[in-house]
Amino acid sequence: MRTPASVRLVAGLGPKGWLAIAAVALVAWVGVPLAHLMLPESHPLHVSTYAITLLGKILCYAVVAVAMDLIWGFGGILSLGHGLFFALGGYSFGMYLMRQIGRDGSYGAAIPDFMVFLDWKELPWYWAGTDSFLWCLLLAMAVPGVIAFIFGYFAFRSRIKGVYFSIITQALTYAAMLFFFRNETGFGGNNGFTDFKRILGYSITAPETRVVLFGLSVTLLLATIVLGKALIASKFGKVLTAIRDAENRVMFIGYNPLHYKLFIWTLSAMLCGLAGALYVPQVGIINPSEMSVANSIEIAIWVAVGGRGTLIGPVFGAGIVNLSKTWFTTSFPEYWLFFLGLLFILVTLYLPQGVVGLWARLKARKAEKAALAEARASVAAAPRATAAPEAKIPNGTAATVAKGA
Amino acid sequence: MRVESSISRNAPADGQKEGWDGAASTSHVLKPGELDLSHGVMLYLDDITVSFDGFRALNKLSLQIDAGELRCIIGPNGAGKTTMMDVITGKTRPDSGKAFFGQTIDLTRLTEPQIAHTGIGRKFQKPTVFENHSVFENLELALKTDKRVKKSLFARLFGDDLDKISDTLKQIRLADQADRPAGLLSHGQKQWLEIGMLLVQDPKLLLLDEPVAGMTDDETERTAELFVSLKGKHSLMVVEHDMAFVEALGGKVTVLCEGSVLAEGDLATVQADPRVIEVYLGR
Repeated sequence: MRTPASVRLVAGLGPKGWLAIAAVALVAWVGVPLAHLMLPESHPLHVSTYAITLLGKILCYAVVAVAMDLIWGFGGILSLGHGLFFALGGYSFGMYLMRQIGRDGSYGAAIPDFMVFLDWKELPWYWAGTDSFLWCLLLAMAVPGVIAFIFGYFAFRSRIKGVYFSIITQALTYAAMLFFFRNETGFGGNNGFTDFKRILGYSITAPETRVVLFGLSVTLLLATIVLGKALIASKFGKVLTAIRDAENRVMFIGYNPLHYKLFIWTLSAMLCGLAGALYVPQVGIINPSEMSVANSIEIAIWVAVGGRGTLIGPVFGAGIVNLSKTWFTTSFPEYWLFFLGLLFILVTLYLPQGVVGLWARLKARKAEKAALAEARASVAAAPRATAAPEAKIPNGTAATVAKGA
Repeated sequence: MRVESSISRNAPADGQKEGWDGAASTSHVLKPGELDLSHGVMLYLDDITVSFDGFRALNKLSLQIDAGELRCIIGPNGAGKTTMMDVITGKTRPDSGKAFFGQTIDLTRLTEPQIAHTGIGRKFQKPTVFENHSVFENLELALKTDKRVKKSLFARLFGDDLDKISDTLKQIRLADQADRPAGLLSHGQKQWLEIGMLLVQDPKLLLLDEPVAGMTDDETERTAELFVSLKGKHSLMVVEHDMAFVEALGGKVTVLCEGSVLAEGDLATVQADPRVIEVYLGR
C-alpha cells in the first residue's frame, strides 16, 4: 500500500506531464541561450535581450499566479494583497543587489546612494548581513512567510472569510506601500532600489547573466507547478478543497481549518517572495508601486483569465494578460485599464473556468461534432424504413440526430 | 450528579491530573481526554441558556442522554433544537450552564474539531457533503485518523481503512456510486453519505438533524433500520418532524419548546400530554 513520496510524485504528473516539463526545461536552458548568444542579431531565430527580459519577468509573474491559484482556486481564499509578498521578496533580494554596487554608486560611498542622500553614516541594523547572497535569498522567503503567517494566524483564527478577508489583505498591502514610501524606512523611499551593477560578482547586464536568470525563472515556475500538483493530489489537497466547499463539515469531522489555511497561505506567500527575488535582478528596479492595490488585483485577474483551480491555467493567464499589457501600453497606453476591466468582466461572465475551461469546452464540442457526423453517416447508410436510427447512434446524441435526420 | 460535574470542571481540560492522587479514586482511574462513562451517562446538559440579542434560544435547558440510548427530539420551529446541537458541538458557547460529554469532558471549553475527536459526530439539517469530491473521498476524509496538516501531506490509505470504507459504502447503499462526485447524488443519497461520514468517524454520540428530510418512504424505512441497529453501540440524538419515523425508531422522546424541555417519555405518553398538544401537535 505504501509507496515512497518520490514515486507518487512521478506517477501523479504522468509521463506526458514529465515530458512537457523536460521539453520546457531543455528549451529554457539550451535553446534560448544558444539562440541568444550564438545566433547573429539578423538571424530570424535570434532571441533579443528585450525578449529574454520580458519573458523572464512574465515567468516570475506566472509563479505568483500559480501561488495565488493554490490559495484562491483550491483554498477558496481570495487574497488581494499578494503583490505585497512579491514586493517583499523583491526588496529582500534587492538589498543584496544594492550592497553589490559597492563603491560604484554616484557618491562613491560604502553605503547605498539613497542613504548618503539622507545623510546617514552607516547601514541601519536591519541591513546587517545583506552582503551575503544566501542570507538575502533566505530573507526573500522568510520575510513574506513570517508576515503571512502572523497575519494569517489572526485572520483565520478570527474566522475572517470571503470579501472581508480580501479587503483586509488590500489594506495590508496599501499600508505597507505607504510605509515603504517613507525615506526614513530605509528602503530608498519612492525611488526604491535601482542601478544594480553585479550579482555574485557577475555583471547584471551581461547576456550570460540574463540567460542564467531566465533559466532559473523557468526552473522556479516548473518546480512550483510540480509542488502544487503534488500538494493537490495529496490528502492535504483534498482537505483544502473540502474547506473551500464546506468548511463547517470539515470542522465537524475533526480537521482544524486554521492549520490547513495557514499552511497553504504561508507557502503561497513564500513562493511569491522567491518570484520577487528573481524578478528584481531581471527588471532592474523595485519600488513601492509594486505594493499598490491595483497590482495585487491584477494578480487575481491573471488567475481568473487562466482558469481557477487548474494550476496550469494561471501560467497562461499571466502570459496573456502581460503580453497584451506590453502591447497596449506601448500602442494605446491610455486604454490599458479599460481593456483590463473589460477582459475581467468578459471572463467572469463567459469563461468561469478561464481559457483552460474554454479549451476543454472546445475539445468537448469537437468530440460531440465528430460523434454526430459519424452518427449521420451511419443513419444515411442504413436502409430507410427499417432499423430505428437511435439504435446505431453513439450514446447521448440520439435526440440531436433524430432532429437532424 | 452535580458534585461529580463540578469536580471535573476544576480539572484542567488539557488533562493534567492536578489535585488527583489516584488513591482518591477507588473504582477506576481517570484518563485525561478519554470518555468516562462510569455512570452510564453519555451527554449531560444542565441549565443551558443561550441568548441572541435578547432572544433566548435556549432557556435553562437540562437534558441527559444515556450510553447506547436512541433519543428523539421533537418540537415546533424555533424551539432551540439546532441551537442545542450547536452548543454540544462547540459552535455556540452557552451564556450559562454546563455541557458534559461523559463524566469528565467539558464541551464548553473545546473547539469544534476537538469535540469531533472526543467522539461526537454531527449531521446537519441541510445535507452537507463535499460535492466536488467523490463519494469514496468523502468517506476517506471523514475516517478516524490523525487529522493534522503534517500527516495529511503524506497520508496513505491502508487495508483497514479501505475495508472500513467499503463496509460503510455497503451499509449506506452507495457501493456502486463510490467514484461519482457527491454533488451528483440525490438528496436522500446525500443524507446517507453524510450519515456514512459520521459512521467512519466511529463516534460515541451521533447528532442527527432531520436525517430523513427529502427521503422516499423506502429510504426512510431503511434509515430507521440503520439507526435502530446502531443503538447500543452508539448513543444517538435524532431531531425529526416525521412522526412515523420517530415511531419506527422507538425509544424516548423529548419535546422542546421555547428553549427548554416541555415533556419527556415514550411517544404515546408525550402525544397524550395536553401541554404538548397545545404547543405543537394540536396545531
